[in-house]
Amino acid sequence: MQQLIDFLTLADPNVRYVVWGNVLLSASAAMVGAFIVLQKKALIGDAVSHAVLPGICAAFLFSGTKNTALMLMGAFISGWLALIAIDYITSRSKIKKDAAIGLVLSVFFGAGMVMMTFIQQSGNAAQSGLDHFIFGRAATLIGSDLMIFSILAIVLLLAVGLFFKAFALVAFDRAFAEALGYPVRKLDLLLTSLTVLAVVTGITSVGVVLMAAMLVTPAAAARYWTDNLKHMVAISVAFGVFAGLTGAFISYTAPSMPTGPWMVVVSSAVAFLSFFFAPKKGIVPRWYNQRKNQRIIAEENTLKMFYHLGEQDNRFDDGRTLADLVKTREVNENVLKAALRRLVANGLLYDREKQWALTKTGYLRAARVVRLHRLWELYLTQYMDIASDHVHDDAETIEHIITPELERELEHQLGYPDRDPHDTKIPKLQTNGHKENR
Amino acid sequence: MIAFWIILTGALVAITCGLLGCFLVLRKMSMVGDAISHAVLPGIVIAFLLSGSRDTLPMLLGAGATGLLVTFLIEYFHRRANLQTDAAIGVTFTFLFAVGIILISAFTGQVDLDQDCVLYGEIAYVPIDLWVTSEGTVLGPRSVYILASVLLIVVLFIRFGYKELKLTSFDPAFASALGISTALWHYLLMAAVSLATVSSFESVGAILVIAFLIGPPAIAYLISDDLKRMLAITVGLGIVISFVGYWMAYWLNASIAGSMAVVTGICFASVFTYQQIRKKRLARASEATG
Repeated sequence: MQQLIDFLTLADPNVRYVVWGNVLLSASAAMVGAFIVLQKKALIGDAVSHAVLPGICAAFLFSGTKNTALMLMGAFISGWLALIAIDYITSRSKIKKDAAIGLVLSVFFGAGMVMMTFIQQSGNAAQSGLDHFIFGRAATLIGSDLMIFSILAIVLLLAVGLFFKAFALVAFDRAFAEALGYPVRKLDLLLTSLTVLAVVTGITSVGVVLMAAMLVTPAAAARYWTDNLKHMVAISVAFGVFAGLTGAFISYTAPSMPTGPWMVVVSSAVAFLSFFFAPKKGIVPRWYNQRKNQRIIAEENTLKMFYHLGEQDNRFDDGRTLADLVKTREVNENVLKAALRRLVANGLLYDREKQWALTKTGYLRAARVVRLHRLWELYLTQYMDIASDHVHDDAETIEHIITPELERELEHQLGYPDRDPHDTKIPKLQTNGHKENR
Repeated sequence: MIAFWIILTGALVAITCGLLGCFLVLRKMSMVGDAISHAVLPGIVIAFLLSGSRDTLPMLLGAGATGLLVTFLIEYFHRRANLQTDAAIGVTFTFLFAVGIILISAFTGQVDLDQDCVLYGEIAYVPIDLWVTSEGTVLGPRSVYILASVLLIVVLFIRFGYKELKLTSFDPAFASALGISTALWHYLLMAAVSLATVSSFESVGAILVIAFLIGPPAIAYLISDDLKRMLAITVGLGIVISFVGYWMAYWLNASIAGSMAVVTGICFASVFTYQQIRKKRLARASEATG
């Protein structure tokens, strides 16, 4: 607990550097990442973060010192060249984006490895710690690094703020943006440069391999919580900052723990939770909804069986056995039994010793479903000119979906009909309900 | 002799990865290879912690398991959560790689593994780990035998699944109409890629695996449209690249895996530039005549 308080009050200047550094880099990466994910360029981040290695090595070979600004500049140039190369290869040959990304990524990283061995053989004492650029070590952040980070983060923030509308348009409807006269190619180039900048900001603390995750993962998670772009960017930044803080805290309490990987694990955990549990779009809520719909369909189909049996002998109140019901329609018996149980519990059916009968509300529900089915069949034959023996399957689906408003509209368009295309009666509910069909 | 073994190892990896890579490139799934080669890290660490040794079999099993896990997760999030494929790949493999690095840091004392070696590999050490029979006969480096058997498996897989692989790559709808399960062949291919990646990267590292998975097939794809010719060109390129790469590394006294990746890049750049120039010349010629 004391550790948490120490951490949060930022009493230790080292902690302060690490925390602010992490917050700045994860926020700017997550912000740019939102647009990258929307443009379906998530793997670009992976390519850039590998491709900065030769730039870092070249800067080191050139200057002989670990000057952060110079190395970030080198990283920016080689990351940028890699993206230009990917773009050039995909536009000028039949090589697809995925192959171009993989090729450029591995070749650039390979070139970096070759240069790295040069550095190792050079005997330059300053080389120690250079590999922190590959795997990251936030604990080594110092004040001057933080200055550079802040400048980069502000540049990113301003650029995204200024071009927000243009980026949004390009991300959602490229052709439309082109038609409106937006310089789409230039905007792409700008976003590319911002991506490289965001990756470069993060490499000292997260490392090149995992920086791709800080770009993509918070944004992918945010996509599950909203459809509004502004909200998505905000949520993405919030997730990124949370991961950055947690990562910094973990390596503060356990100094042997690397910050970058923990940041990635935390933000992946947030992403996995979002994939599973985000309302509406998550796997679990969607599965639950599907199940609910399937149950409603099974229940309505069961009620229809009672109605059809009632129509045959004109006795809508009679109890029916399981055998009677199974005869009317092909159905899985377990599904049918479960539906019967639920209908009894909801007061739509009476349970009379192995027989079931419609209650008054049950009858009304059953009649409505049958009515929607027949109205739709009639609509298809009259307006879509579909033969009357082809309309049943379609109506079987739509009957569970049509809303009361649509029902009124259908009825109005069809001129309040009495009979469906098979010349059976369309049940009417408003007049006097239960007894009307007798 | 050392040079021979290293070049042979490189060529075996290049051929194994390249043959499978052809199908990945055609299926626009190259980055899945990238994902697998990163995601095997936690599998190796866990296998190492459980078995307590650097024996090949537990390593292969652990790495193979996480390799398959990452392909499964990518498919799962893509299908079930409607997550776009690129984001699914980006999220899952970075997560597994991060877990691997954390495990290494947490058990530093116990794990004789270096995160660098996963990325860079240790192809230079291949000739040291020799396979010696009980009678004392030296049969050559152990990894050459492992890689050779994996290559054999991959060749047999492609030989007997050629029709299915080809159909599911080029026309999945037609393939399913013929009753070929696209999902089954997807996972079989992924299993083969995992196997190839896992057995290769101990000697050559994740980055060279990606370079060999994507590089030679991409070059072959530039040159030819015919799948059989693509496979043949890939095999040829694999041998040339590992040969030239080794000599470049020897000459520059630099990382062997890195040099091989760079040579792959140079090959691609030359073929690409040659085609661009020829295209331009053809365009100019047709302008002149027309």
